[in-house]
Amino acid sequence: MTTIVNDDVRQLAALSAIDLSDDEISALQHDIDNILGYVKKLDELDTDGVEPTYQVTDLENVWREDEVEKSPVLDKLLELAPEHAKQQIKVSKVL
Amino acid sequence: MSQISAIVSQVISGQKTARQCVEEALAKADSTKEFHALLSLTDKRALERADEIDADIRSGKPAGRLAGVPFVAKDNFLAFGAPTTAAAKILENFEAPIQATAIEKLEAEGAICIGKANLDAFAHGGSTENSAYGVTHNAFDQTRVAGGSSGGSAVVTALDVVPFALGTDTGGSIRQPASFNGVYGMKPTYGAVSRYGVVAMASSTDTIGCFAQSSEDVRLVMDVMAGKDKRDMTTIDQVSYTDQDINKLRIGVIAETMTDDVQSTVRQAIEQMARKLAGLGHKVDQANLPMMEYALAIYYIVVPAEITSNLARYDGVRFGRRAADIKSLAQMYGHSRNQGFVTENKRRIMIGSYVLSSGYFDAYYLKAQKARTLLINQYNDLFEKFDILLTPTAPTTAFGIGENSADPIKMYLADIMTVPPSLAGLPALSVPVGKDENGLPIGAQLIAPRGADGMLLSLAKQLEQAS
Repeated sequence: MTTIVNDDVRQLAALSAIDLSDDEISALQHDIDNILGYVKKLDELDTDGVEPTYQVTDLENVWREDEVEKSPVLDKLLELAPEHAKQQIKVSKVL
Repeated sequence: MSQISAIVSQVISGQKTARQCVEEALAKADSTKEFHALLSLTDKRALERADEIDADIRSGKPAGRLAGVPFVAKDNFLAFGAPTTAAAKILENFEAPIQATAIEKLEAEGAICIGKANLDAFAHGGSTENSAYGVTHNAFDQTRVAGGSSGGSAVVTALDVVPFALGTDTGGSIRQPASFNGVYGMKPTYGAVSRYGVVAMASSTDTIGCFAQSSEDVRLVMDVMAGKDKRDMTTIDQVSYTDQDINKLRIGVIAETMTDDVQSTVRQAIEQMARKLAGLGHKVDQANLPMMEYALAIYYIVVPAEITSNLARYDGVRFGRRAADIKSLAQMYGHSRNQGFVTENKRRIMIGSYVLSSGYFDAYYLKAQKARTLLINQYNDLFEKFDILLTPTAPTTAFGIGENSADPIKMYLADIMTVPPSLAGLPALSVPVGKDENGLPIGAQLIAPRGADGMLLSLAKQLEQAS
């Protein structure tokens, strides 16, 4: 059975873009290991040749015209950004 | 007995104003504050809307089907008049720029939102203990949980603050708290109600429904909300909420939900309900769903995978709270997300990252989606023999606050009855069926084939009239 160690949790945290403290890493290591152990129960099932289900609506390719609409809330959306200037959202320097 | 139609007829006849209805609801919200069911009030906007509705009625304009009826929305519905937080810190001051389609449709019929209800942060949980803003208390016993994740909505309905409240149900988040608080809770057929403007959790099972004190009120609210929406491409219009002929239904009690693991008084209540249904002329038999045993394992792979994707947008860039003292962009993401999510959010996001990562995708995610097909096939077979399936809504009545919080799997087991129909997109209704030895409410879950939401409500109505 898969065993999750603290380094795996650090890797998952990095993939998930969450900076965890060391205390949180130990606690989550225990929980995630247990949960992944529990869901491995599915190994008991023979799923050879079974089609996966990704959605349950039976809808396929819902088409619509690609029409440009002007957003009535553009200014409100900008106001929601933690920092913005000149109709643009500000973030820390990337390069 | 429909509370909603009583209010509507009083408002239309001028016996009572919409303003009075809203003021009464706000007063009840204030006098039941200790349950911590509401995160905010939309009082100012609610009173303004009430005055507009009263003015329209006085001037003879046609009144809506919900004229003057106050309601509460779970705080993951985008609504005007108060922030939409999803009970998470990362959305602490988020002022919705638009309203959810469901809210818009209710408002168009004259309903008035008076406040936003507490939930587990981002609807991750089964007790409302995972809210970043404090726990909600059960309407019948304040030392016990409200259930969840729509705990606040269930409690305001049970306490008669409002005649109906909105919730979301991904794996039981309406039905289970409805059961814990002795009210009706409806999870519709997947796709029946638009999810536009509602904070997404797991897109392949997320649904929108409601709580109320009678099947007729549930029917009316669902009928108003349902229908195709061009802003939610998964919506369908084949779901009917009209009253159905329910003469001599074939009802199956799922044997796997009536084992010794289930609280004995809960089992007895379901058995009693089965006898009552037989007494009403229905054919009641045992049904078997062997895949039930695997449903929770499927759910805790598929749902975290979808959560990982849906919660990627909360990064402190375009909206929500951005962490302070940031030196780089990566740190801004990492700190904002660490500070903005509760532990259960992080747990689910990280499990999702695990099951979707390249080395594990086939063993977990693909395996779970195939197992999901096997579960759906078993439901399809059952619906050849039965019109409706019956189970307890939850394996126990409301548990104590703190009782399950140390063990995530124990908490997940509270949803064991409600998760299977969610994975298959089936409509399901929790109906109150008496109380246990401690005076705590018990719920029965009725499940129908996709699209047969109206039949569930007709059966519930027959049961109400027979009691």
